[in-house]
Amino acid sequence: MADTAFRARSLYRNLLRFSNRFAAYNFREYAKRRTRDAFLANRGETDPGRINEMLQKGLKELQVVKRQTVVSQFFQMDRLVVEGQASGRQTGGRGDIVRQKDTG
Amino acid sequence: MSSVPTRVLPSLCRATNLARSRSSPLARTLLPRLQGQARCYVSSSGKKNAAVNAAVNVDIQNRAIDTQDFVNKTGGMKPSEMSIGNGLTADAMMSPSAGILKQATIMDEGTRPIYLDMQATTPTDPRVLDAMLPFFTGLYGNPHSRTHAYGWETEKATEEARANIARLIGADPKEIIFTSGATESNNMSIKGVARFYKSKKKHIITSQTEHKCVLDSCRHLESEGFEITYLPVQQNGLIDLKELEAAIRPDTALVSIMAVNNEIGVIQPMEEIGKLCRSRKVFFHTDAAQAVGKIPMDVNKMQIDLMSISGHKVYGPKGIGACYVRRRPRVRIEPLISGGGQERGLRSGTLAPPLVIGFGEACRIAYEELEYDHKRISALSKRLSDGLLAMEHTTLNGDPSARYPGCVNISFAYVEGESLLMALKDIALSSGSACTSASLEPSYVLRALGSSDESAHSSIRFGIGRFTTEQEIDYVLNAVKQRVTFLRELSPLWELVQEGVDLNTIEWSQH
Repeated sequence: MADTAFRARSLYRNLLRFSNRFAAYNFREYAKRRTRDAFLANRGETDPGRINEMLQKGLKELQVVKRQTVVSQFFQMDRLVVEGQASGRQTGGRGDIVRQKDTG
Repeated sequence: MSSVPTRVLPSLCRATNLARSRSSPLARTLLPRLQGQARCYVSSSGKKNAAVNAAVNVDIQNRAIDTQDFVNKTGGMKPSEMSIGNGLTADAMMSPSAGILKQATIMDEGTRPIYLDMQATTPTDPRVLDAMLPFFTGLYGNPHSRTHAYGWETEKATEEARANIARLIGADPKEIIFTSGATESNNMSIKGVARFYKSKKKHIITSQTEHKCVLDSCRHLESEGFEITYLPVQQNGLIDLKELEAAIRPDTALVSIMAVNNEIGVIQPMEEIGKLCRSRKVFFHTDAAQAVGKIPMDVNKMQIDLMSISGHKVYGPKGIGACYVRRRPRVRIEPLISGGGQERGLRSGTLAPPLVIGFGEACRIAYEELEYDHKRISALSKRLSDGLLAMEHTTLNGDPSARYPGCVNISFAYVEGESLLMALKDIALSSGSACTSASLEPSYVLRALGSSDESAHSSIRFGIGRFTTEQEIDYVLNAVKQRVTFLRELSPLWELVQEGVDLNTIEWSQH
């Protein structure tokens, strides 16, 4: 039991990590949201067969995300107007430092 | 005697060398056969024979080293398991300076507009592209080739795609005909049925709010001598079933009513129309390009005889569509395209396996995600329409309940729709269907609902899809509110309205 929980957590982390690499805003947000919602919706699953089946599906999706994030990095577009709305203080964590545009 | 082997051996060696350099399997099959022969001109004790063998051994070893090398290079992983990306998050990728700093992500404003025109087309889902790519690169066989593996593998994949599409609409895979898109499917269905049954039946019923390709096909048939009834729609965009029943004649061949309207998003009562058509023995065609994958569709429950589906409206590739043609009771159509007899002879021409497979994958995803997507799109749609309708003098076009939530068509009174579109440069929107977006004519669909010219001119369609985010909706709400207020401030009409003057009572001076 603990084994599948561990595997699920690891898969979840990996999916989120790779989803974040989509260059296109809409795909990136969708991938993160869909991952989160799918794991939340099935968090109470107890049937081992079903858990295994879903883990397999997740692994397959992870492969797709890995491949497609690479493809999306090859063909980057300009950012959308909604991106860059986020602002805040520097926190120092990797990749999450956000500065406002008019710093100068 | 001894001169024979010396003469033969060099030529043999040359032959094997040549064969090895050109194709190694040949060398491998050639050599044992030569050695195994009872009458061999090469003496068995000679050193030269060993040299030939050694050369082969080296070759095999070299090849082994080569593969080993490849495995070493790729770390023993399959290509799909490799992480080739630079490991940066998307935020950092976008900003070169952030890439240098490694740590910092500087969030600059982007300039690319938000895409909110999902009725025109939808972005290709990355999962769909992933399914398509192998068929653009290695698996290039013609699916109709029955004589080799290249053909078999693509045929297998296209048949799987067909099954996925059939499952989404509750049909049998054999009833799916691949076409180039919904326009071709509509043409095929309407012209095909009309022409096949023209000796007995000369009447076709459609509605005024159909897509241009349906209306144009009907107009074309009119010139061939068919009679067409263009059913009017009610104020809410739905057809009146009583009017439809009254319009059906003994010589009616086909009723063509679209499932979800592309401009106002209303859902026609499919089941009732299907039942009525079946009871009167009239074929029922529906243009479900906007409906499939977005609302549950079942051809048997709705008693649909012909249905048009488009690939690029379900997050699939452009340039592919399908036509559902019922087999039991059989619907017979005259094909538009004649040729090699592919697709049951109804649509000849080689299939495009990458597109077909992408379309199939899109339908598989749509089948699995239909509930999730619908729930999410409904929530986003509610957020958008609530926000927009909270502004004064705005109206929602089309029926408020019988509608697909992903299509929100709103009229902003006293604002010119086209100028609002110009003002909303940072949002990709449309005032109507993409086909008519080049002209400044008011939408014929809104005119059919009985809207005035002004109201039809001031309407904008917002299309919400799978990849739309809350953040985008909030941005749009904010932007639309700002720009509409700005444009209204400029308008003299708006001033009059604010003063309480009823615009209909004003007599404009002629000139």
